[in-house]
Amino acid sequence: MSPAELTAPTAPRRRALWTLGILRSELVTVLRRGRTLALLGVLAAVPVLIGIAVRVETGDGSPAGPGGGGGPAFLTQATHNGLFLVFAALSATLPVLLPMAAGVVAGDSVAGEASAGTLRYLLVAPAGRSRLLLAKYTSVLVFCLVATLVVAVSALVVGSLLFPVGEVTTISGTRISFGQGLVRAALIAVTVAVSLAGFAALGLFVSTLTDSGIAAMAATVGVLITAQILDTMPQLEAIGPYLFPHYWLSFTDLLREPVYWDEMVRNLGLQALYTAVFGSAAWARFTTKDITA
Amino acid sequence: MERTADRAADPVPGTGRDTDAVIETRGLTKRYRGGQLAVDGLDLRVPGGSVFGFLGPNGSGKTTTIRMLMGLVEPTSGTARVLGAPMPAGARTVLPHVGALIEGPAPYGFLTGRDNLVRYDRADPTADPRTRRARVEAALERVGLAAAAQKKAKAYSLGMKQRLGLAAALLRPRRLLVLDEPTNGLDPQGMREIRALVRELASEGTTVFLSSHLLDEIEQLCGHAAVMARGRLLVQGPVAEIAAHARGRLVVTTPDPDSAARVLRERGASGILTDGERVGADAPPPETELADLNAALVREGVRVRSFGVERGSLEDAFVALTGEGFDVAG
Repeated sequence: MSPAELTAPTAPRRRALWTLGILRSELVTVLRRGRTLALLGVLAAVPVLIGIAVRVETGDGSPAGPGGGGGPAFLTQATHNGLFLVFAALSATLPVLLPMAAGVVAGDSVAGEASAGTLRYLLVAPAGRSRLLLAKYTSVLVFCLVATLVVAVSALVVGSLLFPVGEVTTISGTRISFGQGLVRAALIAVTVAVSLAGFAALGLFVSTLTDSGIAAMAATVGVLITAQILDTMPQLEAIGPYLFPHYWLSFTDLLREPVYWDEMVRNLGLQALYTAVFGSAAWARFTTKDITA
Repeated sequence: MERTADRAADPVPGTGRDTDAVIETRGLTKRYRGGQLAVDGLDLRVPGGSVFGFLGPNGSGKTTTIRMLMGLVEPTSGTARVLGAPMPAGARTVLPHVGALIEGPAPYGFLTGRDNLVRYDRADPTADPRTRRARVEAALERVGLAAAAQKKAKAYSLGMKQRLGLAAALLRPRRLLVLDEPTNGLDPQGMREIRALVRELASEGTTVFLSSHLLDEIEQLCGHAAVMARGRLLVQGPVAEIAAHARGRLVVTTPDPDSAARVLRERGASGILTDGERVGADAPPPETELADLNAALVREGVRVRSFGVERGSLEDAFVALTGEGFDVAG
């Protein structure tokens, strides 16, 4: 054997779609975890609670609640059309519950593996640091989508069981068919999931900073709450548009006729910016980090 | 390939053929942030085909060295080559040929033993998914976990987790196995099984890099060894040579122990200990003619019943090299 053969171990054959195996593995690992299932269970329960509360309140046919304007948006409309429970449930969970679930999964993604010791074995497998990080981020995004869909589907089922369904009256006052309404609901669910992309990247970055899964989860959720508070302070209006939750509720514009796109486009741009910045930071950190856990 | 095997089996280290080395480091140094010097100028050479024992007290830099070799930790300076390729740059081409058990096993508790192996195998982009099932089953079989493969790993005992970690290292045919304390947590029967497995793998031509604090384990299994302390390499070479370097003990049995001790002291012997009729001392340097020493004893009227040097064990060598204390290096 020549020295050349020994110095360069035969480069393993590259297969197409080289990340699919690890991505599938990541998804299975995330979704089989008891904690993930518990989070999804809580999210599924929210529309049930909202639906029952609205139903009980309006059981005598009176409009929902005193004044009818309190609580999350669309709550009052839900009594006339069960489909609105989907929008009400997403409006209720998007500010805190959905991103918190995303933050838990994103924050734990790298740091949790580090504290369990499994990270070193994945890396000597060798998973490849960039490949592993990409698979982790993708699986967090898939989790965001699954979590959003769980809320939406649960709300749709509860809404159609408790309330009548039919033509949808948009915010603009025009009416669209129930089928059209379902399409809008699906679009809204995807938009909500995409709205979490920037925050998910931030969580992933935080996760590369520490070897403690709990610390990363707590820090990520802490950042979420801080950003939400800052966004409500009128004195800080100037930075508001740069905070990742600022345009989260813009998904309601999908219920206008015609659809009002401006804020949603800004939201997507902001999410892309956060993803680029924190994704790069996570990559820079993770690919150069000494794995001592 | 025949010739490789021949050359890999070359028992003489340091004969200049760099390509024979499966692991080779030059001046490998790691200083962690905070200034702690974990590994200091390590020149390590692991010959191909050997079972190589890696010894050192806790905190001596063994684990940091292993992590640098596996591309987990970036060296501060110096180079490390594994299977001929530089680390960590060559990790993606080298590591599929390397199986590793580093600082204890780390299974996913909520996955079964089998699913743990599937997960680790999927992480390797060069592993063939078509043979995955069969390779996972073979690895479980090999470490004796087949019966417990369906159990969740959190229900495993430490010994079973250790076996699962070994199974992960054996998912594919490897050219190098890095095993950090592989018998940790195993019962004596389990230790025997794992040692038999290591011998079997070595006989198939796999180089085994074995870190252990069990000196008899190293002595039983390893042809070569290296000893580290405080981040530095103290000695490396064939185990028999290292053990021989341990200064044996000169032992004189005599009814006149006090005179014997006096004569030995006058002759410059160190470490003299008298135990009844047995007088021991550090073996004199090799250039000393032992017969002269014996003659001197007799000349001084010491009645010598027996006289000789007891060969040192690896343990003696280890203790002599690293010091006796229990203190963990800082």
